[in-house]
Amino acid sequence: MKISELSAYIDGTIVCNAHKADKEVYSAFSSDMMSDVLAFVMDQGVLITGLINPQIVRTALMMDIECIVVVRGKTPNNDIISLAEANGIVVVTTKKNMFETSGRLYSAGLKA
Amino acid sequence: MVGQFIHQEYLVAGNNFNSAGSASEAVKSTLKKMGVASADIRRVAIAMYEGEINMVIHAGGGVAVVDIYYDKVNIVLSDKGGGIEDLEKAMQPGFSTAPEAVQRLGFGAGMGLPNMKKYADKFDIQSEVGVGTTVRMTIFFG
Ligand SMILES: Nc1ncnc2c1ncn2[C@@H]1O[C@H](COP(=O)(O)OP(=O)(O)OP(=O)(O)O)[C@@H](O)[C@H]1O
Ligand SMILES: [Mg+2]
Repeated sequence: MKISELSAYIDGTIVCNAHKADKEVYSAFSSDMMSDVLAFVMDQGVLITGLINPQIVRTALMMDIECIVVVRGKTPNNDIISLAEANGIVVVTTKKNMFETSGRLYSAGLKA
Repeated sequence: MVGQFIHQEYLVAGNNFNSAGSASEAVKSTLKKMGVASADIRRVAIAMYEGEINMVIHAGGGVAVVDIYYDKVNIVLSDKGGGIEDLEKAMQPGFSTAPEAVQRLGFGAGMGLPNMKKYADKFDIQSEVGVGTTVRMTIFFG
């Protein structure tokens, strides 16, 4: 699905790199532990997390992940946004929790 | 590209979670400019990032030395931190001594060393309590 569609499924808001919302994503991984994310390589994957610190962007960057979904209504600060912006990573925020976010996106066709 | 050789050294600051990972980020972008295959870059980036984060969290910082050849990358991460008491235990998936404050930042799954071993083609770790830790990794391209 496109990142714009992903955002719609979870009533999300694209907070940076909105011009890349047409990009296709195929799979996702939900975790608050960065090393768990780093253990599994995904192609065109999405990182779903409840964390907000610069390491979510760095982790995504190392993994070639182009979209991060921040759950539970948290707002990433400017440092995080500018790091994501500079690296072409789309950040989506949603008020939904990690379980519901994952469930909706899984039902909508994102692979585990 | 054959014969090309790049030597890079980075000071990794301890306990700074804003800069943590910037050395790995720089190496990643160098490899990208050199035209290395993205799957290989990813292995280098992940392995080095885990090691860099470990120096930030567990050792009060350290030094990363990266040598890039046409067919491989050598990474040496050395610190003068507290060292590791039981290496065999530390290498086990899930083993972590990360304090709670660090866990709240997303670290302490106990997966860093296992990930480094998994993604690097050669992995060696030497550690002495009270002296420090040195990790050596080689990743071959292709
Ligand atoms: N450079 C180091 N200096 C001192 N101790 C270290 C160092 N690297 C690792 N350790 C020890 O080895 C343990 C396991 O490391 P590992 O990277 O696998 O997990 P972690 O860093 O605790 O969590 P994660 O990497 O999943 O975020 C650490 O908790 C720590 O006790
Ligand atoms: Mg670690």
